[in-house]
Amino acid sequence: MENRPLEYDYTVAKMFMLTTVLLGIVGMLVGVILAWQLAFPQVNTFLGSGAAEYTNFSRLRPLHTDAVIFGFTLSGIFSTWYYVGQRVLKVSMAESKFLMTVGKIHFWLYLVGVAAVVVSLLLGITTSKEYAEFEWPIDIAIVIVWILWGVSIFGLIGMRREKSLYISIWYYIATFLGIAMLYLFNNMEIPTYFASGGIGAWWHSVSMYSGTNDALVQWWYGHNAVAFGFTVPIVAMIYYFLPKESGQAVFSYKLSLLSFWGLMFVYLWAGGHQLHFSTVPDWMQPMGSVFSIVLILPSWGSAINMLLTMKGEWQQVASSPLIKFMVLASTFYMFSTLEGPIQAIKSVNAIAHFTDWIVGHVHDGTLGWVAFMIMASLFHMAPRVFKREIYSKSLMNTQFWIQTLGVVLYFTSMWIAGITQGMMWRAHDEFGNLAYSFIDTVTVLHPYYTIRAVGGTLYLIGMFLFAWNMYKTMTAGRRVEENELQNASPMAA
Amino acid sequence: MFHWLEKHPFFFSVGVFVVIAFAGLIEIVPNFAEASRPTIGTKPYTTLELTGRHVYIKNSCNACHSQLIRPFKAETDRYGDYSLSGEYAYDRPFLWGSKRTGPDLMRVGNYRTTDWHENHMRDPQSVVPGSIMPAYTWMYTNEADVDTAYAEQLTIRDFFSVPYNKDIPMKDGSYEQVVLADTLAGAQASALEEAKLVAADMKSKDIQDAVAAGKIPEIVALIAYMNSLK
Repeated sequence: MENRPLEYDYTVAKMFMLTTVLLGIVGMLVGVILAWQLAFPQVNTFLGSGAAEYTNFSRLRPLHTDAVIFGFTLSGIFSTWYYVGQRVLKVSMAESKFLMTVGKIHFWLYLVGVAAVVVSLLLGITTSKEYAEFEWPIDIAIVIVWILWGVSIFGLIGMRREKSLYISIWYYIATFLGIAMLYLFNNMEIPTYFASGGIGAWWHSVSMYSGTNDALVQWWYGHNAVAFGFTVPIVAMIYYFLPKESGQAVFSYKLSLLSFWGLMFVYLWAGGHQLHFSTVPDWMQPMGSVFSIVLILPSWGSAINMLLTMKGEWQQVASSPLIKFMVLASTFYMFSTLEGPIQAIKSVNAIAHFTDWIVGHVHDGTLGWVAFMIMASLFHMAPRVFKREIYSKSLMNTQFWIQTLGVVLYFTSMWIAGITQGMMWRAHDEFGNLAYSFIDTVTVLHPYYTIRAVGGTLYLIGMFLFAWNMYKTMTAGRRVEENELQNASPMAA
Repeated sequence: MFHWLEKHPFFFSVGVFVVIAFAGLIEIVPNFAEASRPTIGTKPYTTLELTGRHVYIKNSCNACHSQLIRPFKAETDRYGDYSLSGEYAYDRPFLWGSKRTGPDLMRVGNYRTTDWHENHMRDPQSVVPGSIMPAYTWMYTNEADVDTAYAEQLTIRDFFSVPYNKDIPMKDGSYEQVVLADTLAGAQASALEEAKLVAADMKSKDIQDAVAAGKIPEIVALIAYMNSLK
C-alpha cells in the first residue's frame, strides 16, 4: 500500500487558479484605465459624466491596488499553496474530508470578500489606509479567510509524511504569520455606529491610532505587506517551481537558510524608509535606510540561489518559455531589491518620494517579479492539474516578449517622470524663488504618462494571451500521461 | 538548530513570529504617547469639517494629494511651514498620502478660498489650465453624511478623550472651544449653521438653494474641511 503513488487532489488549487487569472485581468484592466486617465483626463468620464463618480481616477485607484494584491496575488499564493503544500508534505487533500471542506469554504468566503471589496470601494466606503482600505465588516471576513488558510496549512503539516519542511513551506508559514500580525494591528478600529449608540452609517469605523502613530503603524503594515505578500510567498513559489521545471537541485541549502532568516529579521525594520523627512522620530529614519541597504543581502541571496540553480543548464532559458519567465522574474527581483534600498537613502528619497519613481519601482517589482512568477507557477501547474499539455508554446513566448516590453516601457518612463518632477519641485531661480509652479511639473509628465499607459496596455494584452492559453490548455490541450510530467512541462508548439 | 526547527513546525512558527514581531514593537511603542500629544493651537474638527474630511476620504483625495510638508526650502516656499507631529494629533486616520500627483494640501486653507475650490472642483481645467485632475461634479448634488461624522465625534470623545467642549490653548495664550452638540439634531443644526457660512461665499445657485432648504451638499462640507487645513 505504501508503494502506491499518492493521488493529489487539486480541487481547491483549480478554483484559485481561476480567480488568479480573472482577478489579474480585472486588476490590471483597472490599472490601465488609470494610466490612460493620467495621460488624458477625459478618460475619467469614459462611461459618461453621469457615471463619473464611479469611473474617475480617485475611486478606481484603490480598486486597482487591492484587486492586484488581494485578488490576483493572493489567489496566486493560495492556488500554489494548495498545489505545492500537498506535494512537498507528501500528503493528499483527499485524505482529509475536514481539510477539503475548509479549503472549499476558504475559497467561497474569499470570493464573497472580493465581491464586497469591489462594491464598497466603488461606493467610496474606505478607511483611506493604503492596502487596508476595507471597513470593519470586510476586515472580519478577511480575518476569517486567513484563519481558514492557517487551518489548511497547519492541518496539512500535521498530517505530513515528509517530516522535514521544504524551503517553500517556511515561506508559506512566514506569509501566514506575517500578514496575520500586520493586518490585525493596522486595522484596529472602532465601529462608530455601535460606539455612539446607533448613529450614522453602520459600516463606518475610526482608527485606534491618530496622526503620526497611525502613519507609523500603516507603513509598518504597508511596507511589510509588500514583504509578506509580494516577496515571501513568491520566493516560496520560485523555490519549488524553478527546481521542478528545470530538473536541477537548489544550488545551496545554506544560502537558502541564510536568506530566509535574514529576510525575516531585516525586512520589518526597513519600513521606516517610507516616512523619511516626516514627523516620525529622527532615529527611525536613518535606521530605515540602513536596514533597507542590509536587506539587499537576503534578497539577493534568494535570487542568486535561484539563478545558480540553473548552473550548467542555461540552454533551458532559450528553449523553454517557462524557464524564461522564472529567470526573468528572479532577475527583476534582484533589480527591484537593489532599486528599493537606493530609494531608501535619505538624500535620494528627498527627490524620489511622492513622485512616479516610486510607482515605477512598485511596478518593476510587481509586474516583473510577482506577476511573472505567479504566471510561471500556473503554467507549470496546468499540465499536472488538468493532465493536459500546455496549449501553445509560441503563444507563451509571444506573451513573454510583449509583457517584458511592457514592463521596460513602464519603469523607464516612470524613472524619468519621477526624477524630472522631483528635480523640478526643488528648483530655484537665481533670486531664490521657486523656478516652477506645480502645474509646470504636471504638464511636463504627459509624454511619460502616455508611454507608461502604452506599457501597461501591452502587459494587459499579455494577460489576455495568458488567460487564453490557460483556457485552451484546460479544454483543448493534448492529454498527457503521468510519466510526461516529471520535470519540464509538456507544451505543444 | 535550524535542522531541528524544520522538523518541528510549531517551534519553527514561534521562531519566525518572534523574529518578525519585535521590530514593530521597538519602532512603534516607545514613542507612542509622545506622538499622540497635540501642538498648541491644534483643535479637533467641528462636525461639518469632519463631515468634509469623510468626503475627502470617500473620494480618495489622498491618492493624489499629500498632507505632509517636508523640511526643505522648496517645500516650505511652496506650501508653508513644515509639518509637526502634534498637528496631526486629531487625524484619525492620518492623510499624509504617498504620491503627489497634485500639490500638497496640508495648509491649503491659508492660500485657497471657498470661491476657488467651488470653481476648481466643478471644472479643474477652467481654473488651472493643463490640470489632469478629474471634475467632481457629483459633490454638488450628493448630500453630505453629517450623522456619521457626529457618531465619530462621540466615539473619539469617549474613547480617546478628544477635548470637545473643553478649553484648548491657542498660540496667543487665549483659549478656544470646539463645540460638540448633545444630540444628533443639535449636531445637524450646528453643521447647517456652519454650512451657511461657507455657502455665503459660493456663487452657485443650486448650492445656495440646497443650503437654504436645510441640505448640505458634499462640496460645502469638503470646502469647510479644506479651509480648516492651516
